[in-house]
Amino acid sequence: MMAASRITAAALVFAAALANVGAAQDAEQKEDPVKAFFDGLDTEYHGFYELRGGYRLQNDPYEKDMSIMEGRYQFDLFSFRDWGDVKVKGDFYGDLVEEQGVFDLREANIFARPTDTMDLKFGRQVLTWGTGDLIFINDLFPKDWQSFFIGRDVEYLKAPSDAVKMSLFFDAVNLDVTYTPEFDSDRFISGERLSYWNPVVNGGRLAGEDRTLSVERRREFFEEDEVALRLYRNISNYELACYGYWGYWKSPGGFNQTRSAAVFPELYVYGASLRGTVGKGIGNVELGYYDSLDDRSGDDPLINNSEMRYLLGYSQEIGTDFTAGVQYYVEQMLDYGSYEDTLPAGMPARDEFRHVTTLRLTKLLMSQNLRLSLFTYYSPSDEDVYMRPIANYKASDQLSLEIGSNIFFGDDDYTFFNQFQNNTNLYTAVRYSF
Amino acid sequence: MLHRMNISLFVLSLGLTVAVGGAEDTPDAQTIVTKANVAAYYQGDDGKATVQMKIIDKQGQVRRREFNILRKDVADGGDQNYFVYFQRPADVRRMSYMVHKHAAVDKDDDRWLYMPALDLVKRIAASDKRTSFVGSDFLYEDVSGRSLELDTHELIETTDELFVVKNVPKKPELVEFGHYNVRIDRKTYMPMKMEYYDKNSGELYRVIESQKVETIEGFPTVTKSVVQNLKTGGKTEMEFTKVDYNIGLGDIFEERYLRRPPREAMR
Repeated sequence: MMAASRITAAALVFAAALANVGAAQDAEQKEDPVKAFFDGLDTEYHGFYELRGGYRLQNDPYEKDMSIMEGRYQFDLFSFRDWGDVKVKGDFYGDLVEEQGVFDLREANIFARPTDTMDLKFGRQVLTWGTGDLIFINDLFPKDWQSFFIGRDVEYLKAPSDAVKMSLFFDAVNLDVTYTPEFDSDRFISGERLSYWNPVVNGGRLAGEDRTLSVERRREFFEEDEVALRLYRNISNYELACYGYWGYWKSPGGFNQTRSAAVFPELYVYGASLRGTVGKGIGNVELGYYDSLDDRSGDDPLINNSEMRYLLGYSQEIGTDFTAGVQYYVEQMLDYGSYEDTLPAGMPARDEFRHVTTLRLTKLLMSQNLRLSLFTYYSPSDEDVYMRPIANYKASDQLSLEIGSNIFFGDDDYTFFNQFQNNTNLYTAVRYSF
Repeated sequence: MLHRMNISLFVLSLGLTVAVGGAEDTPDAQTIVTKANVAAYYQGDDGKATVQMKIIDKQGQVRRREFNILRKDVADGGDQNYFVYFQRPADVRRMSYMVHKHAAVDKDDDRWLYMPALDLVKRIAASDKRTSFVGSDFLYEDVSGRSLELDTHELIETTDELFVVKNVPKKPELVEFGHYNVRIDRKTYMPMKMEYYDKNSGELYRVIESQKVETIEGFPTVTKSVVQNLKTGGKTEMEFTKVDYNIGLGDIFEERYLRRPPREAMR
């Protein structure tokens, strides 16, 4: 009964999106009553309808063949008043993989500029900083890795935070401070939608719906909170920034054996970045020290060690409407000796250094209406690869079509990207924006 | 107060122009292109406009762009800062784009793009200025101005109304044209028509025309401009409304305003 009503809800939202994408073709001629209503309230109303479907390209013993199948409606309300701006953005989607109808409130915030030197943003918001391209060192705001890997729009990689952001602007330096009263974790890989390496089942194997990760969440309001800050200034268009973060590992970084659940141990991060023109392109460098408070000596095999993370990047236009970007990223595990000494027998050991290179190629064609892009992560130390080819065509100002893939391969089942080997998928989408 | 001073400076410079014009009938090519450059890209100390673009391809399919543009000069004929706030189409709405334009030939412009859905400030690595601006038939360089130092200039014709200047690139390997001619209004120094000739065939293949020029707050201003690409059969119309000069823009060309644009950009 319960399952049937969930399927009905999913199907209803899916069908509504389908109907709207279909009907949208001639929508421009007639005045939208919803838009007219919000116009009366001095509020801009925009959004899109989207259908997105995809399948795994190989059998996954622990997951469905269908990797994504959803109809989505996003509304985006924005109003600017004398005292500030109000923004509310949310998605309804019918998810035929999970067989449920979902409402995901993406943003609900108020922005104000109370003085010449201060900006405030209060409420649910998407937060980003740092210099990496799909690599995050000092951006410890929540990510939605599940959406990223199943082929949703890249917009969904950033999960919202319920936070306050205060920005102060001075001649010498600018300061951003964000406070999140209740820890917002990543929307991490738990086996529910994507199969993954589960280290605790039979000494470690690929798992999925059969063995989803049980986690111990942190829900203490004002107790289990997060503070992040960025101090930055621009010197002749070289952007220099220092960062600090006081919170928790964003994806489970430890395991509680007595409760048999993954946990989010405490984490402090201190880092810096620099970005600016180098030759004909843009160069960036960023580093961060991850202080894993609950395992500072590194001898607890069930909690992540402290780490150093380093990133070097460069991007340049290499032809007409053709851009290339390369990055070199290293995660260095600190106290590696203690880790090796205390690692349970039979558990595959992580490398002390994890090296990752990335290459992004983006080419625009047909008056910039066709965008071909390929983003590739390759780890020479893990010997695994994750590729994201995407072709996006704007058939009109409203209608866009997309086809893309998420490809994982490598040598060992337990490495970062290759654990997702059975999730390699191909998807397509059509979106009508208004 | 500042505004009034600018107007009086403007009147003063106009007086000087007339005086010089009277003493010497035909200025040399360098003087003409320098004045035309200022007239086309540097009116006032700063300015704003709402821009509507209609991109029409060979099949007649129309795409539209709408954005607000803010500009502030660092120096007349020199460095400038631009701020572009997109209104349509829907998929780029509320994105903002910032340019620190450098007049020096050997220094690339600094460009940033802010994508609100990701809260992402992206630095754009683009050194080729002769690529399409927002998918239109206008090139980035048409919108931001081409450095005078990149070409040699020759006055090839003078009529009652116009100067015709032929421009030949000093480094032809960097551009797709062999040369281009600009028709410049003798009174306002506004470029009225630009004709680009192919490097190999020598044929005319691209024409930009100022179809409507209005005097706004004392400044001659192109309010409608059309570019035609004779090779692809495409054309783009660009119209400027809500034009305003010397609005007293502050230091808005920085990350703070990229992430949340100033009111002037959003209205």
